[in-house]
Amino acid sequence: MSDLFVDLTAPNGRKYKQPIGLFINNEFVGAKSGKKITTINPTDEREIATVHAAGSDDVDIAVKAARKAFKDPSWRDVATSTRGGLLNKLAKLVEEHAEVLATIETWDNGKPYSVALGEDVKGVVDVFRYYAGWADKIHGQVIDTTPNKFAYTIREPVGVCGQIIPWNYPLSMASWKLGPALACGNTTVIKAAEQTPLSILYLATLIKEAGFPPGVVNILNGYGQEAGAAIATHPDVDKIAFTGSTATGRQIMKLASVNMKNITLETGGKSPLIVFDDANLEQAAKWAHSGVMENSGQICTATSRILVQDVVYDKFVELYKEKIKLISKIGDPFKDDTFQGPQVSKAQYERVLGYIEAGKKEGATLTTGGVPYKDVNGKGFFIEPTIFTNVKDNMTIYREEVFGPFVVISSFKTEEEAIDRANDTTYGLGAAVFTQNITRGHKIARRIESGTVWINSSNDSDFRIPFGGFKQSGIGRELGEAGLAAYTNTKAVHVNLSGC
Amino acid sequence: MTSVTLSTPITGEYEQPIGLGQFNARSTLRRSRVSNHLNSQKSSQINPSNEEVLCSVYEAGEKDVDIAVQAARKSFEGPWAHVTPEGRGKLLVKLAELFEENLNLLAAIESLNNGKGIALAKGDITHSASCLRYYGGWADKIEGKVIDTDPERFNYTRQEPIGVCGQIIPWNFPLLMWSWKIGPAIACGNTVVIKSAEQTPLSALVAAKLIVKAGFPPGVINVISGFGKTTGSALTHHMDVDKIAFTGSTVVGRQILKASAESNLKKVTLELGGKSPNIVFNDADIDNAIAWVNYGIYYNHGQCCCAGSRIFVQEGIYEKFVERFKERTAKNVVGDPFDPKTFQGPQVSKVQFDRIMGYIEQGKSEGATIETGGSRHGTKGYFIQPTIFSNVQPNMKIMQEEIFGPVCSIAKFTNEVDAICQGNNTTYGLAAAVHTANLNTALRVSAGLKAGTVWVNTYNSVHHQLPFGGYKESGIGRELGEAALANYTQTKTVSIRLTNAPFY
Repeated sequence: MSDLFVDLTAPNGRKYKQPIGLFINNEFVGAKSGKKITTINPTDEREIATVHAAGSDDVDIAVKAARKAFKDPSWRDVATSTRGGLLNKLAKLVEEHAEVLATIETWDNGKPYSVALGEDVKGVVDVFRYYAGWADKIHGQVIDTTPNKFAYTIREPVGVCGQIIPWNYPLSMASWKLGPALACGNTTVIKAAEQTPLSILYLATLIKEAGFPPGVVNILNGYGQEAGAAIATHPDVDKIAFTGSTATGRQIMKLASVNMKNITLETGGKSPLIVFDDANLEQAAKWAHSGVMENSGQICTATSRILVQDVVYDKFVELYKEKIKLISKIGDPFKDDTFQGPQVSKAQYERVLGYIEAGKKEGATLTTGGVPYKDVNGKGFFIEPTIFTNVKDNMTIYREEVFGPFVVISSFKTEEEAIDRANDTTYGLGAAVFTQNITRGHKIARRIESGTVWINSSNDSDFRIPFGGFKQSGIGRELGEAGLAAYTNTKAVHVNLSGC
Repeated sequence: MTSVTLSTPITGEYEQPIGLGQFNARSTLRRSRVSNHLNSQKSSQINPSNEEVLCSVYEAGEKDVDIAVQAARKSFEGPWAHVTPEGRGKLLVKLAELFEENLNLLAAIESLNNGKGIALAKGDITHSASCLRYYGGWADKIEGKVIDTDPERFNYTRQEPIGVCGQIIPWNFPLLMWSWKIGPAIACGNTVVIKSAEQTPLSALVAAKLIVKAGFPPGVINVISGFGKTTGSALTHHMDVDKIAFTGSTVVGRQILKASAESNLKKVTLELGGKSPNIVFNDADIDNAIAWVNYGIYYNHGQCCCAGSRIFVQEGIYEKFVERFKERTAKNVVGDPFDPKTFQGPQVSKVQFDRIMGYIEQGKSEGATIETGGSRHGTKGYFIQPTIFSNVQPNMKIMQEEIFGPVCSIAKFTNEVDAICQGNNTTYGLAAAVHTANLNTALRVSAGLKAGTVWVNTYNSVHHQLPFGGYKESGIGRELGEAALANYTQTKTVSIRLTNAPFY
């Protein structure tokens, strides 16, 4: 077998050819660094494959390829409708290869296969198609000032974009980055997470097949400290887009300052979900459950801090526990009836267990769960859905992002108190409000310091609607028309019409 | 019988539907069939290259129009209302793909029925597909606004579809005009009854079959054939049609406005005629200018609403320009549209042929000079020689009225002010062009010309991304680009009170 591909058979029996090299200039190549990343199946802790990991020299080669492609007429001079056509073609190919992609996603990340296929991969197709439609609709303006000046703006691509994506929705996150970047005419060097390096390499083969010129999309795997840092500090990268932890986001900002690259960040969250006494409690419990328990709690906008009005508190907690019993079936993600798969890695698993210990030590009440789940053949990074109550606002489990199937539920008395406590966080990514009072819903939406507010739902995102963070949850917006702003530079052109 | 077998040199034999493309929402059994008609009137289709009858096509009468409108209304308020914007976009993109897959067939029918050269017909089909795909991309991006007035209110706007849209298209670019209308109307969530031109109904009927194949629910797009006076009038007067979009002559455009006033004040957008000026300055690149001036009038046999039919050349290069333009004109190959060498095919019908020849006689009798052409080309088929008139006066009929054939007039101008003045001396205002190497001249003259599109150093450079439409009597509203969406949406403002009334 070649050094750049391996033949694999997934746990569901599907056989396919897995690329393991770096994807530069539409070809798979080995890493000059000589380094490798071995990825583990979090369901049974066995090794899946080993891929090449880029070092700073490899990043340099990729950036050079992206720069060359950016200047080349085969990409630079392409009509905008044609650019859209390539994205449409890519969407079609992803649709055709949906089952393989979903298989790799479930194998490497641990999310249920039905979700990987029906939501993640479908989302990728939808996002590519949506941005394909924008490619030829990115308008500048003509601005009338005086008769002596003809002034207009053009929205140009930013250039070579470095993109670093996380492991919680590997393919989805790749599409949120590639879609708008390519629609606006940029070229990219995109680094996947070291925990989930596989699915994006398969996507690379489809990018080539769709007809993107060589060097327009370059895909690397590598360690954050090395490959990620190399991209963030590279003097010939014009822009960096990062999704991941707030701690790493800070690092990226610092590193990017070397050449003042344009930065967009999507970082962490500790999103509040507020339940008023007039809420439909059944619905509130349903959304509050999925709002943190889906994807094994590995969601940046997880509404992991629930504030319930005192008069309905006990009833709500009971309903919530019932939802867990009814819905949170833990198991092998390739099984159809599994709701919750494993956490993505040993490190994440131990981290969540660490927060469980912290909660107990700090004196909160462990109401449900709080232990590993060992019933999937005795292996895998599974944790039972966990609820802590009697939580004080200064506890670490109330303030810090846990990123697991872990929720804290507190009670409040008044609307003002709910708003203040909801905003009492350094984060501001998502928030949810449950009430039947339309006026209250809209008013609270304006007072909460969060990039997205859901009224009577949670984590109900849509790729056509802007998404991003207030405060330390991020800089800039992704998705919707707003997602284009991160990938264009506005140039103003003034033409002097007077004779002098 | 609702179809016949026709033949073209490109496709060999093919099945041509001749009934009405109605997708009756009431009966799912008739879902995928070109339906029967109540009216038994037929219109004969003549092949303009050899004047022979191709076939006859059923004409929709008033009752047929009513059935089509009912089907459109039923689907607007029923299944179509539940299709998401994304779903609408996908259907349009699928239809675009089907056009591309059937490129040769559709182009061959266009050449057969309209007479345009096969290479140009293929261009038409490709652009039609691109237009449909472009609007497919808009479908899920039609957004309202949230408008902050004061803390007491939460206000937002919705961009809603208008409803049942009647669309009447011309014969000069049958399928291209079809796509310009269908694209935005469908993207915005409307349903449509579209009437093709009586001279060129064939390609629209074949496209109707592709609509079914693409997966559009029944009743969303209804395709009918018929004459303006009967079918068109029934549509424009119909009390349950919410909007009419028309492309055609200014004379008929006026009638459409009247019909709206007489019926239910349906919203009206019009793309009408033109007498567009093509202006060449002394400093223009003469080789390029000649190429574009030639293309500007003789493309599509002069049957373009935006044809550059009045050519103004600055006096410094006038004599040289006329000589070279004559030479260039003589190189245009006039002939069989299925011959790949052909640039100019026949005019679309006898009526058009007679009309154009009439203008040529008019020009001669008013005292203009024929530089080249001026007669019929050949003895069979509606072919006319490319014709240039000089020594024209601004008030001559050939300078004021739209001829819609391969006939142009050429005159001189002195300076920028004169060029703008002569260019604007018309009741029309569809397009114009300026040829110059000087940037400031281009910008000033473009600003001064009263035309919906001004081309600089090019002509007939229409693109689905760029708004297109008329000043003055050339029309109302803009098609193409984002601008077309405004024709097919209406704004609803929703204002939600968040606090108590300040009074009781």
